[in-house]
Amino acid sequence: MRHLIDNRDLTVSETDALLNLADAIIANPRDYQDACAYKTIATLFYEPSTRTRLSFEAAMLELGGRTLGFASQDTSSASKGESVADTIRVVSSYADIIAMRHPKEGAPVIAAKYAGVPIINAGDGGHNHPTQTLTDLLTIRREVGRLSDLTVGLCGDLKFGRTVHSLVGAMVRYRQVHFVMISPNELKAPDYVLELIDRQAGCSYEICTSMEDAMDRLDILYMTRVQRERFFNEADYVRLKDSFILDAAKLHGAKPEMIVMHPLPRVNEIAVNVDGTPFAKYFEQARYGKYIRMALILGLLNLSGGAGIL
Amino acid sequence: MKIDEIQNGIVLDHIKAGRGMRVYHTLRLDTLDCTVAIIKNVKSEKMGKKDIIKVDEAIDIDLDALGFIDPNITINIIRDGELVEKRCLCAPERLVNVIRCKNPRCITSSEQEIDQIFLLRDAEKLTYRCIYCEAAYRGKES
Repeated sequence: MRHLIDNRDLTVSETDALLNLADAIIANPRDYQDACAYKTIATLFYEPSTRTRLSFEAAMLELGGRTLGFASQDTSSASKGESVADTIRVVSSYADIIAMRHPKEGAPVIAAKYAGVPIINAGDGGHNHPTQTLTDLLTIRREVGRLSDLTVGLCGDLKFGRTVHSLVGAMVRYRQVHFVMISPNELKAPDYVLELIDRQAGCSYEICTSMEDAMDRLDILYMTRVQRERFFNEADYVRLKDSFILDAAKLHGAKPEMIVMHPLPRVNEIAVNVDGTPFAKYFEQARYGKYIRMALILGLLNLSGGAGIL
Repeated sequence: MKIDEIQNGIVLDHIKAGRGMRVYHTLRLDTLDCTVAIIKNVKSEKMGKKDIIKVDEAIDIDLDALGFIDPNITINIIRDGELVEKRCLCAPERLVNVIRCKNPRCITSSEQEIDQIFLLRDAEKLTYRCIYCEAAYRGKES
């Protein structure tokens, strides 16, 4: 039985197979509309979410399956002090696959240890968010056309931004990716993320404190939100939240084919006047999220087009 | 200063000066009934100064814990007053319940009774990472 806790759980060829399956689903969604008939996904969200939870549920519904779960810690037995291990053992008997979001880092590792069904990490604290990364890879491949020979600007909260950590971990496995890390000093990427880049021949990074200085070199500008919920101290959040704001004027020096991505939700880090430019791909990105999750569910359940790919 | 030689037991040699008490507590030598000697700041040609611990009883040593604290420590096994075995340590690949993750966001801070597991990521720097949250710990510094 396979789980997806970290993108490094998947080989490059498995990742590519999932992306190929997502492409196939986008091309012919009707071919998959009954692929998960009589199957159930449990979405256990100990933290609030709009896109991720709904996209998992939409993915399962479009595959002909069913959904159950909870949308916050307050509406589960976690509020009574139940452990992750116990919750997972119980839910394993109600569902065929579980997508779990938890505020504590590493919680899905515990879940996978005790689960009787495949576990998908739908985000663990500031640590990892592998299905967002699969979404990002699908977006890059469809919108840019390749996953190698790229200069990728990562901007905003690189310390607690789990999407950034997962994306770096996945992209270093493709050739010649240069990362430009754009963040305030307090929110720079953790050492282990930089070590991932250092360890991979052909990949490199630079640390930059100005978005404008890097703009003309980027193939992708990946914006992130400064996340209030990751700060213990409100004053630090207020001081840092407006560090990097992208607006249409700042895009003047950009390559015409550059794309702007964002895992969403955004607060104010991308001005609304960027939405209408050809650079903006973040709403397409959210749409692709449903298709890659459909592919992942099929892969982990070994069904239909996903049989044998994981 | 004279410390009696031991007949059956263990001598932990080449402990970095100042680290003897940490070894003593980590190996829970305070719970033993036998004679335990901690000798601090012994002159050493190789190290300048070192600490030594003598335990007057054949006990099982947690080699993983010791390797994490200081892989340069030498373990001398004494039987009938003779040195019968000399063991050198290396940094263990995996630490189970030797150290605790200090990251307040780690699941180990809230989930009951789970093993604290760390994997060696950099043997040269003696860096370990929590398998749950990937927080780093450096053996020589901690």
